Amino acid sequence: MREVPAETITRVVRELCIEANTCLREDHLSALRRAFEEERSPLGREVIRQLLENARVACSERVAFCQDTGYAVFFVELGQEVRITGGTLQQAVDEGVRQGYREGYLRKSIVESPLRRDNTGDNTPAIVYCEPVPGERLRMTMLVKGAGCDNASAIKMLTPAEGVEAMKCFVVETVERAGPNASPPLTVGVGLGGTFEKAAMLAKKALVRTSGEPHPDPEVAALERELLREINATGIGPAGYGGTVTALAVHIETHPTHIAAFPVAVNIDCHSHRVREAVL
Amino acid sequence: MSGEIRLRTPLSREDVEPLRSGELVLISGVLYTARDAAHARMAAALDAGEPLPFDPEGQVIYFVGPAPARPGHPIGPAGPTTASRMDPYSPLLIERGLRGMIGKGKRSQAVKEAMREHGCVYFGAVEGTAALLARRVKEAEIVAYEDLGPEAIRRLVVEDFPAVVVNDLHGGDLYEEGRARWRRAG
Repeated sequence: MREVPAETITRVVRELCIEANTCLREDHLSALRRAFEEERSPLGREVIRQLLENARVACSERVAFCQDTGYAVFFVELGQEVRITGGTLQQAVDEGVRQGYREGYLRKSIVESPLRRDNTGDNTPAIVYCEPVPGERLRMTMLVKGAGCDNASAIKMLTPAEGVEAMKCFVVETVERAGPNASPPLTVGVGLGGTFEKAAMLAKKALVRTSGEPHPDPEVAALERELLREINATGIGPAGYGGTVTALAVHIETHPTHIAAFPVAVNIDCHSHRVREAVL
Repeated sequence: MSGEIRLRTPLSREDVEPLRSGELVLISGVLYTARDAAHARMAAALDAGEPLPFDPEGQVIYFVGPAPARPGHPIGPAGPTTASRMDPYSPLLIERGLRGMIGKGKRSQAVKEAMREHGCVYFGAVEGTAALLARRVKEAEIVAYEDLGPEAIRRLVVEDFPAVVVNDLHGGDLYEEGRARWRRAG
């Protein structure tokens, strides 16, 4: 059994919060630079130019590149040989978020109850998805999720007879309905299969993949390419001002499902795509 | 892309009349910040016959909830938030002389009609350029609802704040026009 002190997790989470919010990940910067070359609308190109300039300034000055520093979401793969000492995983992560958001001058956007809406003041609690895995490592992937794009996400329980065509329509319609509100160019996460909630989780988890890296299953990868082409044909463009680049990438994750079911979930991320990973 | 038009707040109807969707503007002067909770409180104040924290006549509201300021800076990163969440409240302020709004994303039909009737323009700022936009803010002070934290109403003094005209007084809508122009047959 390997022991990992809760305070180690806290320290790592604190760094992830600041790093994710101030410096765009290299794969995403590359995707934006490619988009700048590919975009045909002059206003669309100007938007992407400003995004790249903003990313440069934010990283060099260590300030957040978007004021909505989001909900802190963590996908944790917890080795079964790991024992966390001195606190629970949730406590350790929350303390890291508390410190990171305070010390990084990041906005606290979490309200304690969706009904009463009093700000918790420290951006906690974090959302932590924990998956037990073999071994003695602990892998944490942080996604900073802004609400503008999360609000534009959707889920639908299709029937098997409606099939792939209905799924593709639903994905493209969801992006069209989101339009400028979700802050394109987008990363579009799609979850197929599982159950109602599993599909939604997969759609969110799909967002943390390396930007534009195709799914290992060639059939799924072909669907990703096709959906990206269709989304970019909508004309929504950067910031919704019109253009040929509406999404930078479509990532699909799948899971076995029921004979009677075909859940499809779409989770949208804005161009401020904030993902960081650490392995302890 | 068209050239940049300079605007200085407060704005008169004559200032906003010539603007057309798709034009780039640089705004200088005072902006008031307000987002969801602040709008709800302003609507409640009007309902109760109480005064608003500021007179909307000629003013521009920026839909923003800034991040905390680092020492020595007037404001933290400050990009626009989704404007449609303010749609239920905006007509109340437009009827009272509000001349401009800065945000991101589409507005409702009711807001667009109120804007045309009373002379108010909706500007888009590029969402996610919060670090750059914060540099255009020279002064910031909280004027109301301090307990709302990032949602408090702030009075900002800005210089050359970059925006694009999305909805003008003549039915122009950059989101619709831009999309129609670049849509391709699937």
